[in-house]
Amino acid sequence: MTAVAVSETEYVRRPLGGRLRISSAWLGAAPFLLYTGLFLFLPTVLVAVGAFSGPHGPTLANLAQLSRPYVVSAFLNSLVLSAVSASVGAVVGSVLAYAVATGSPDGILRRLVTAFCGVLSQFGGVTLAFAFIATIGTEGFIVIWLQQHGIRFYPNGVWLFSLTGLTLIYTYFEIPLMVIVFMPALDGIRPQWREATETLGGGTWHYWRHVAGPLLMPAFLGAWLLLFANAFSAYATAAALLDIGGVIVPLQISRALSSEVGLDQANFAAALALGMVVIVAIITLLYARLQRRSARWLPR
Amino acid sequence: MNRRRHRRLAAFKAVVYVVLGLFFLLPIAAMVEFATRGVGISSPRTLTAFTSIGSDPELVDAITASLELAVITSLGMLALLLPTMIWIRLRVPQMVRPVELVCLTPLTIPAIVLVVGFAPIYNWIEINVSDSILMLALAYLVLVLPYCYRALDAGLSAVDIRTLSEAARSLGASWATVMWRIIVPNMSSAVSNACLLCVAVVLGEFTVANLLNFENLQVAISILGTGNASVSIALAVVSLVFVFFFLLLLSFLGRALSRRRGGAARA
Amino acid sequence: MGALDARPIGASWGGSRSAAEVRLEGLRRVYGSTTALDGLDITIHAGELVALLGPSGCGKTTALRLVAGLEDADGGRVVIDGRDVTHLPTSRRDSGMVFQAYSLFPHMTARENVAFGLRMRKVGVAERRQRAGEMLELVGLSTQADRYAHQLSGGQQQRVALARALAIRPSVLLLDEPLSALDARVRSQLRDEIRRVQREVGITTLFVTHDQEEALAIADRVGVMRAGRLEQLGPPTSIYSQPATPFVAEFVGLTNRLAGVVTGGAVDVRGIRLPLIATDTPDGPAVALVRPEAVSLAPALDGFNGPLSGTVIAVSFLGAVSRLTIDLGDTTVLVQVPTAEAAAHPGGSRVRIALRLDPVLITREGAQGRG
Repeated sequence: MTAVAVSETEYVRRPLGGRLRISSAWLGAAPFLLYTGLFLFLPTVLVAVGAFSGPHGPTLANLAQLSRPYVVSAFLNSLVLSAVSASVGAVVGSVLAYAVATGSPDGILRRLVTAFCGVLSQFGGVTLAFAFIATIGTEGFIVIWLQQHGIRFYPNGVWLFSLTGLTLIYTYFEIPLMVIVFMPALDGIRPQWREATETLGGGTWHYWRHVAGPLLMPAFLGAWLLLFANAFSAYATAAALLDIGGVIVPLQISRALSSEVGLDQANFAAALALGMVVIVAIITLLYARLQRRSARWLPR
Repeated sequence: MNRRRHRRLAAFKAVVYVVLGLFFLLPIAAMVEFATRGVGISSPRTLTAFTSIGSDPELVDAITASLELAVITSLGMLALLLPTMIWIRLRVPQMVRPVELVCLTPLTIPAIVLVVGFAPIYNWIEINVSDSILMLALAYLVLVLPYCYRALDAGLSAVDIRTLSEAARSLGASWATVMWRIIVPNMSSAVSNACLLCVAVVLGEFTVANLLNFENLQVAISILGTGNASVSIALAVVSLVFVFFFLLLLSFLGRALSRRRGGAARA
Repeated sequence: MGALDARPIGASWGGSRSAAEVRLEGLRRVYGSTTALDGLDITIHAGELVALLGPSGCGKTTALRLVAGLEDADGGRVVIDGRDVTHLPTSRRDSGMVFQAYSLFPHMTARENVAFGLRMRKVGVAERRQRAGEMLELVGLSTQADRYAHQLSGGQQQRVALARALAIRPSVLLLDEPLSALDARVRSQLRDEIRRVQREVGITTLFVTHDQEEALAIADRVGVMRAGRLEQLGPPTSIYSQPATPFVAEFVGLTNRLAGVVTGGAVDVRGIRLPLIATDTPDGPAVALVRPEAVSLAPALDGFNGPLSGTVIAVSFLGAVSRLTIDLGDTTVLVQVPTAEAAAHPGGSRVRIALRLDPVLITREGAQGRG
């Protein structure tokens, strides 16, 4: 994240402007505050309220349902899926980003990769599930091609439609996302640092271990968190890929939302959603603690 | 650079590009392959799946709706975010941090969670305002907020808006003129980046539309997938290619614009 | 402050060492179709500071990077202390380098930066700390040891970079335009500081700059480079007063170009006969290169209209001296005189110039074309 350099002196504390001036200045931000209030905070509040509401007023029953085994396993599945795909995505993505960043900054290759990553990081969803089904589904062309050469792609049963498959597919949009998020950090690495390391007697390993690694760590952790949240909330791919509902939390929410049983289920969905927010909050807190340690040196 | 290191780096890059290129291109190639398959394994390749996209009225509606949503969301985002960001930087700098925090919140609140909160709001909108699919733009604005904030923020920090605005103000320009005639033209590539992300997000959006029972492009692809897989995949390919070239075009456009301006400034 | 010499530190990696001689022999470097370095020969004596001076793209930085091993030579050798290091990787060359700017590791404090090279050499923690402290003291930054780069001024950052380069006791110190990113005042301060430290440590030093004043002020010898070749190598005074080529004369210091004719080992310029640096110059039209301070002023007598009279068209106050631009009718000359004297010749006044009979260099370039 780029730090915004703004001095907090002028404009705000003008002796003549007085109170009226300040309030008119605040008015400029009103449309934004109004909109985010209605479409960001109100929904969040509705979720929180919904989680504690039942047909007969306030209740903890919705939250109590979260302890059911299938809900717990959905949460665990979601956590593992997100952590693994975020980690793989972060590592592979930073390698790709490094390859791109060491090339010409205005080159065609960089433009292509960046545009490509822009599409793929957002175009996860349904498209992606189909793409993988067409590639390594039971009738996918790699599977068929290998079959024609006498090789079975799935010697131990098809895993594409399981969590394993989902993890693989998630890396497909996590890697490009990592490239986009991590590239600015790599661009900020100065060649002098490597050269200084070398003149001081350090080799490639020392450079990565003592200089580039620690320098990139805050950005890497931040990007990992983003990737985690991204995978954690991903829904479309799973919905298109998995026939059985409820394997991961977003699917459970979707099932609860579209169930015809009524308000109870809507409140259960809210409880699930609240659970997700809490988990993301916990991960964010852990991240903030790690970040404090890894980014002590950052100007603030 | 050292020659030995140069060679090593080139080899490393070649490996990375080939391996990841395969990983990323194979599924797309597979989609093309699948969408052009004939009825039997040995029957010739056919483009019927692609040509029949236009003949399904429901599909055309979904595509139109998604494109309209992309445009509306982009415009809405620019109208909402850009003036606010410029304004607070110029007039209420102590709000820069809070606004940033608000804009980045949707990254940590999963879209599926927001949908749960959106549901009652959209119930109300449907009854009292309109049941048009274009109402989705209101929700999409939240989804694109973090991406667009980042893009615009990068642009704003590259321009010295304070000096620019002070210069313009001292020449008698109004705040509106400062914003639209002075600052925005100086950050055109950031604006085009933000729009680009906006379009990519909206055209790829599935979660909110599906759970609020609207049929946009992705929902249509998904529904079609269960019935006519090859048309559905053909459509997916087309939309992928479309957005890819759109992004590429915008990135070149952005560069051309900033080039021209840079050249003029130097002259 | 002589801690460095007083105590032999770090016996595990060499202990105290005497200064090394550095030889660049026929160094060549080619980038695609451009030759950045075209056979460079320089010997830097032990403990000497040589400044490489030249316009950007002249190859001076390339030369420095070849010595450091940051780039590979296409020909020639680098010999440090009698050892051919041409094919040794940077990390084993034992050279300390100070970069133009922003080379401090931003995630380390000043002390950690200085200790980094020792860490690479597996020196123990306590010793590292002590030595880093000493080096910071040497550059006068003991009190800033625990600050990060962004908490230091540009000048302080460069001092830390110098301490870091010296901490490993390199056999050669390489300075790549270390002052060019600083303000004028800090620049001259730090320039003197670098010279003091270099003398104190007695290290062989190669200093690259495009600033002639800087090069003349700091170096034992200055090498003026142009298009990948060395034009002249010599003490600052001889570079300035006896330039070997017109390029050196015009790059180092200001020069007036005055048209004249060479006859019999001297040049006639506007009625004055000036001796030549190179007396064996063949006769013919030429342009004499005359330093502004070799020109003096006298008030013009009424009605005097010889080739040495003109009008003052501009006066720039430079402190103790002032520089006047005089229009001689067919050309203009720059004249540098004490400020007190300059006051007698305001803009618009008529003056007569006199040329000091210093040996001058001539160039045939533009000899006919001019006035």
